[in-house]
Amino acid sequence: MAQTGFGRRYFKAFVSGFFVAVPVTVTVLDRLAYVARVEGASMQPSLNPDGGSSPDVVLLNRWSVRNYQVHRGDIVSVLSPKDPQQKIIKRVIGIEGDFIKTLGYKNRYVRVPDGHLWIEGDHHGHSFDSNTFGPVSLGLVHGRASHIIWPPSRWQRIEPSVPPERRPLLNWEGATEDGYDD
Amino acid sequence: MKTGRMFRGFFVKTISFVGYTVQYGCIAHCAFEYIGEFVSVSFLELFGQSISTDSKRNTYKSLFLPTINLQQCSGPSMEPTITNHDVVFSERVSRHLCRIQKGDIVIAKSPFDPKMNICKRVIGLEGDKVCTSGPSDVFKTHTYVPRGHVWLEGDNLRNSTDSRSYGPVPYALIRGRVCLKLWPPHNFGVLAESPNDGRIL
Repeated sequence: MAQTGFGRRYFKAFVSGFFVAVPVTVTVLDRLAYVARVEGASMQPSLNPDGGSSPDVVLLNRWSVRNYQVHRGDIVSVLSPKDPQQKIIKRVIGIEGDFIKTLGYKNRYVRVPDGHLWIEGDHHGHSFDSNTFGPVSLGLVHGRASHIIWPPSRWQRIEPSVPPERRPLLNWEGATEDGYDD
Repeated sequence: MKTGRMFRGFFVKTISFVGYTVQYGCIAHCAFEYIGEFVSVSFLELFGQSISTDSKRNTYKSLFLPTINLQQCSGPSMEPTITNHDVVFSERVSRHLCRIQKGDIVIAKSPFDPKMNICKRVIGLEGDKVCTSGPSDVFKTHTYVPRGHVWLEGDNLRNSTDSRSYGPVPYALIRGRVCLKLWPPHNFGVLAESPNDGRIL
């Protein structure tokens, strides 16, 4: 009698725990933070400098992009426009209104449309980015990479920075972007 | 001594209330994100410009009323299938399983403003040939929908900005498939087929 009582109590505890743990975990992964392993060499040397031998694991902050506030230089993960099941991680080079000089896109100069971003990998030439598929819609942004959390030797906060040769030429407000102080 | 116990009882009650609210909110989030959500269609476009104050009202609603996650969708572009003040239910399961088909009505994030939603019909999936010229044009032009994209058009072809103006839309911007009209009650039920024969090739 005590045996079946214990089994039923265990089952009830498991079910109630399950209904707490799964929704909370899913909500945290969807709204707060997501952990992802970076694959590929398109963001070298910032991410994955050793290539496939020990891939970086990054923490993606989903709360900071809930209002689609993204700045130039952020590393963001976006849903790939060519494959909705895949996420790609790249750096934001231009936001809406910027004039960008492209590297290998069909147009030499591009004005980033409203509600879109221009993203590029740091390793030009080995990167499947906006130079291939053009500006990406802000609605595809998944999260902002804020920290590298694995391997422990590479624990660091990811600072937003645009490579100096990739700064936008002009912003729609008319002010030139060349007057940056490093 | 007694006030200490009362205080502890009050503290425990608050903690458990917060815990239940968090758990309920998470279950509600999972339901709206993975099963389906309610969408209300209202005319918020004035001369082509959507009013963005609506998205603020939306976040307020979804924070304090986790039972009702009412998304907004604007414009007369889906008349007569979906008209002003309609409430529809859009299910998320097909989108996550990639089972959206030609002829489905979908709710998607607007490519030009991710806080606004658009409600259109899928005319072509990736690889399909779609007609980019209007029904009144003499010379018909066609294009192929690129990989990972869909071609969306409103049912009200004359009064709809859709893929004919801004091109194919990435599949990942789709939020869900509209399957049921809930309001007005005399129109309750499954939605009609496309009134524009021949747009779907």
